[in-house]
Amino acid sequence: MYNFDFQRAASVADAVAALQDEDAQALGGGQTLIPTLKARLAQPTTLVSLTGIPEMLGVTVTDGAVTIGGATTHAKVAAETATTYPALSALAGGIGDPAVRNRGTIGGSLANNDPAACYPAAALGSGATIVTDKREIAADDYFQGMFATALDEGEIVTAVRFPVPEKATYQKFIQPASRFALVGVFLAKYADGFRVAVTGASEDGVFRWTEAEEALAKDFRADALMDLHILPDNMIGDIHGTKAYRAHLVRVMTQRAVEALL
Amino acid sequence: MATVTMTVNGKSVSGDVEGRTLLVQFLRENLKLTGTHVGCDTSQCGACVVHVDGAAVKACTMLAVEADGTTVATIEGQQAEDGTLSTVQKAFQDYHGLQCGFCTPGMVMSATALLKENPKPTEAEIRHYLEGNICRCTGYHNIVKAILAASGQEVPAIAAE
Repeated sequence: MYNFDFQRAASVADAVAALQDEDAQALGGGQTLIPTLKARLAQPTTLVSLTGIPEMLGVTVTDGAVTIGGATTHAKVAAETATTYPALSALAGGIGDPAVRNRGTIGGSLANNDPAACYPAAALGSGATIVTDKREIAADDYFQGMFATALDEGEIVTAVRFPVPEKATYQKFIQPASRFALVGVFLAKYADGFRVAVTGASEDGVFRWTEAEEALAKDFRADALMDLHILPDNMIGDIHGTKAYRAHLVRVMTQRAVEALL
Repeated sequence: MATVTMTVNGKSVSGDVEGRTLLVQFLRENLKLTGTHVGCDTSQCGACVVHVDGAAVKACTMLAVEADGTTVATIEGQQAEDGTLSTVQKAFQDYHGLQCGFCTPGMVMSATALLKENPKPTEAEIRHYLEGNICRCTGYHNIVKAILAASGQEVPAIAAE
């Protein structure tokens, strides 16, 4: 690792001020950033730690929504949403391994937007709102491609607000070495319809499979998806699975999600 | 350089570290607590698992400065003052839950964290919890048996066979 200065922000305002320096970098739980720094793929002059900011910690439930502070760990989300939003709890409890879940944060995951991460599927599949230090961004506008988001330089995810669906499930085909999703599908049923969000599959990162949403609105059965096909062109192809394999898995995992909700 | 202070295995310790100093480096190189191992250095293998404020973490993927002001427990702190092994350590010995021993510190720390969270885990829950701890010798069977035994549950003859 190249060396850097470390600064622990005490408040969001504090962190925003420290991140004005263009070579400063926000640090959540570090479960992606620290390995990245070890590989010398980044060279910030200052790391600004967000995990000690009280206003960014914890889970609150109000009016059919679950709001999670950006610096809340996966373990805490898993524990504290178990009754209010079980599908989100299960997703958080399946990220990485227990030690990773004790450090990694939801804000860090969403700011990084790894194309195989789990949280982007939950946020997009729930139509969540990404709350930052200066605005609120709808999940549909937030994810802008592999490792790309609507966040500006130095903008911080302070919280994420999930409207709680009538029912939901996350089906993850795990890549056993990395424990990321080879393909993961988040399916949620709201009063106004279904949302299907797919992670792990596309070169453009997480996406909504709107054809499946429409088909399920008409006929909520796994077989209703039999004639739908994802084109392999934009799928990720690597040593773990070809483009065609991932395209196939998207439908299979979506069908499993439907079965899980029936 | 920054000065960090933390409680490690019940003792207050301080040291000067760079921003980039990992917690595991601080433990091993500054404090000479070399029981915490570095296996992969990529947060895959779990040989470096320690507890920070009671939670199992991978000490290779946490900065020493992030641990400033915390309470850290390592494998060296698991036994009693008089050398009596902890329940988990004793069970690893009794059930031969190790071969080369390299992964053992992390296994013991993860197992101890699991039993605090879930005092009577099933075999499946134990295996799931150990997802982030890799052992290249034993194939995990005796480790799982040891943890079942440490939880005070019967170790079925067929367990983990």
